[in-house]
Amino acid sequence: MISFQLTDEQAMIRDSLKGFAAEVLAPTARAIDEAGEVPASVIKAGWDFGLLAASVPEAYGGGGAERSCMTNAVALEALGGGCASQGAAIMAPGQFVGALLDFGTEDQKAEHLPQFAGETPVACSLAIQESQFGFAAENQRTTAVRKGNGWILNGEKRLVPLGGQASQFLVLARDPDSSGLGAVSAFIVPRDTEGLTVTDEAGTQGLKPLSKARLTLTDLALPGSARLGGEAGIDALRLVSQARVGAAALVLGLARQATDFAIPYARERVAFGEPIGKKQSIAFMLADMHIECETMRWMVWKAASLLEHNDPGAPKAAALAQDYVRRKAVKIADDALQIFGGHGFIRDLPLEMWLRNARTLTVLDGPVSV
Amino acid sequence: MADFRLSEVDQKILDTVIAVGNSTERHTRYYEDHEDEIPPARLEGERGFEEVLPMFGERKPDDTPMMTFMMALSIARGSARGVTRGLGLGMPTGRAAGLGNAALQSAGTPEQKAKWGNLFLAMSITEPGVGSDTKAIQTTARLDGDEWVLNGDKIFVTDGVRCDGAIVWATIDKSAGRAGIKSFLVLKGAPGFELVRKEKKMGIRSSDTAAYAFRDCRIPRDSLLGGDETVPKGGGSASYRGVMKTFNMTRPAVASGGVSKARGALDFAIEALAKEGVSVDWSRSPGQRSAVEQRLVELEADTEAAALTVLHASWLSDMRQPNNLESSICKAKGGEVCRTVPQGAMEVLGGMSISHDHVVEKFLRDGRISDIYEGTGQIQRLIIAREILGYSSEELT
Repeated sequence: MISFQLTDEQAMIRDSLKGFAAEVLAPTARAIDEAGEVPASVIKAGWDFGLLAASVPEAYGGGGAERSCMTNAVALEALGGGCASQGAAIMAPGQFVGALLDFGTEDQKAEHLPQFAGETPVACSLAIQESQFGFAAENQRTTAVRKGNGWILNGEKRLVPLGGQASQFLVLARDPDSSGLGAVSAFIVPRDTEGLTVTDEAGTQGLKPLSKARLTLTDLALPGSARLGGEAGIDALRLVSQARVGAAALVLGLARQATDFAIPYARERVAFGEPIGKKQSIAFMLADMHIECETMRWMVWKAASLLEHNDPGAPKAAALAQDYVRRKAVKIADDALQIFGGHGFIRDLPLEMWLRNARTLTVLDGPVSV
Repeated sequence: MADFRLSEVDQKILDTVIAVGNSTERHTRYYEDHEDEIPPARLEGERGFEEVLPMFGERKPDDTPMMTFMMALSIARGSARGVTRGLGLGMPTGRAAGLGNAALQSAGTPEQKAKWGNLFLAMSITEPGVGSDTKAIQTTARLDGDEWVLNGDKIFVTDGVRCDGAIVWATIDKSAGRAGIKSFLVLKGAPGFELVRKEKKMGIRSSDTAAYAFRDCRIPRDSLLGGDETVPKGGGSASYRGVMKTFNMTRPAVASGGVSKARGALDFAIEALAKEGVSVDWSRSPGQRSAVEQRLVELEADTEAAALTVLHASWLSDMRQPNNLESSICKAKGGEVCRTVPQGAMEVLGGMSISHDHVVEKFLRDGRISDIYEGTGQIQRLIIAREILGYSSEELT
């Protein structure tokens, strides 16, 4: 049945997070971007909305709500509409929790989920990206080889979100004797595991305040229980699709924010005796930005909804949403900057930050998932 | 809960609609070869929509709401490869209904609806010098005793040849601008009403398009739709607004027609290229695709995106929520993909795509009109820009 109706709960989450994004995240976004660090107080304030705790089953101390990719998509759009960097820092642990809920064995859930039901924020994230240009998740070079009952991991992960703080990572690695996403497993790797070196990344164009780390895995030995899903492993295509749609949902919020910022400016800024918004060249740019913000949302919702139901069409919908948002969101952020002219280039205004963040979120898989 | 999955019965209906549409595939160019003939009711081997209608009885009340489903159905129907009848929008209901019928229903008096409701009515607005800027129309209507006297020229009248009559826009007071514009029902055979010609078009040839001339054309006084003979001061008349409201209901339908031709061309390209060993592996990362595969992904994403805007606009109307802005959004997107997607499909298929051996080039020709009629893409953007910027139609032109 086709429906665009959010549940009452989803609408409530959207509205409260939109308020939080507008009142808390947006006003400090520039200062935080310049400082290069998301304050712990923001992460705590985001944590206190209880999104993760709600999705943890009651048996592990959580709220027992259904894990919902749609709810995550709605939440990510709302947070992205305030500040994508802070939104990413708040939502990155959800990648870890979502994967545990979807693929974890009962033992893994019992061991790892209870910490997310508490009041103290837990930092953890998904490690997908690697050093090579043209990175593709299905061709990753990090390997996992069976040894006895355990596993030996070797390789390097880059730009891992929350890398500075994370107590544990979900690391993707491939069976070297096989190919494709079917050969990819996920491993729960505590930060202090021997053989794991975590170093801060030098710096990035976008999402600057989101801590990012390089993980070097050298003959990193893990017990058999570290492999997510145990013998069954994971559906890596589903996992990667969730990360792609997560990034799309977050940047969708950013695109809406940039559009809503440009509209009043076009009414105020006068050139040749009238507001530039009265010139079709600008008015039509804004119309297209509005059209595509709306359209992107339905692409993201469809992908998130199909992922939620584990529908066979979900990977295709995710790839389509990724492709669509990748093309449109960057253009919207870029056009918003263009409408502001030289002012868009000055770091006093958020335009250039939004363009950097939009480009970042449309080339990385993740750093958040639905 | 937001959901984008079709129920089994809805999927069955859509599949059957496409199968019925494909039953005339070998006659697909019938109307192009017989442009000046009255088309037969049924072509050889043609399956009818009567086999679809009973399936609607199997639908559950909580399934996809009706308008939304009708738009999904319109997209499926237009993507089929057989002949298209009329504009190919919605599903034939057995009774002819033109755009003029929609105007009569939304702006006519109860007496007028009762009197003319069973006629097939076209809509006649456009003039040789006036398109989207409808308030500038030149055709005049003057009251003379108990009759209106019409003078002017009209073009691009959809169904203007086969209709019983048309709803004609004319001004009763040129100085009043929009407020002076009224709509009149003019029946074929009215003195001074001439059907000048049938246009020859790039596509949608099964839909006739007429040019009219009115030379001291006399029609009864009760032919004014809605019956209001006054010219209100400041702003449009009720009948003008009533007719403009017609477009809120028809834009998603016209957009669905544009999306359907994108879908049809894309499906053709996907099938044809798969036979040549080229297809998209949806599990692979973007950087792993060939140029042609990436093009197919983009065409598919654009088509899907446009389809979702159509479904959203119609879903809002199902939910009795305002959808004026959303109707313009979907019309803009439907208009965009009716151009870019068939063009792109031909691009990835290469030279043979122009051949009349294949239907794909026809999707481009049939689809192209969707970004023009019912408000061009530019007009839709103007409407959207005014809305989001808070400008009136006088402030942003």
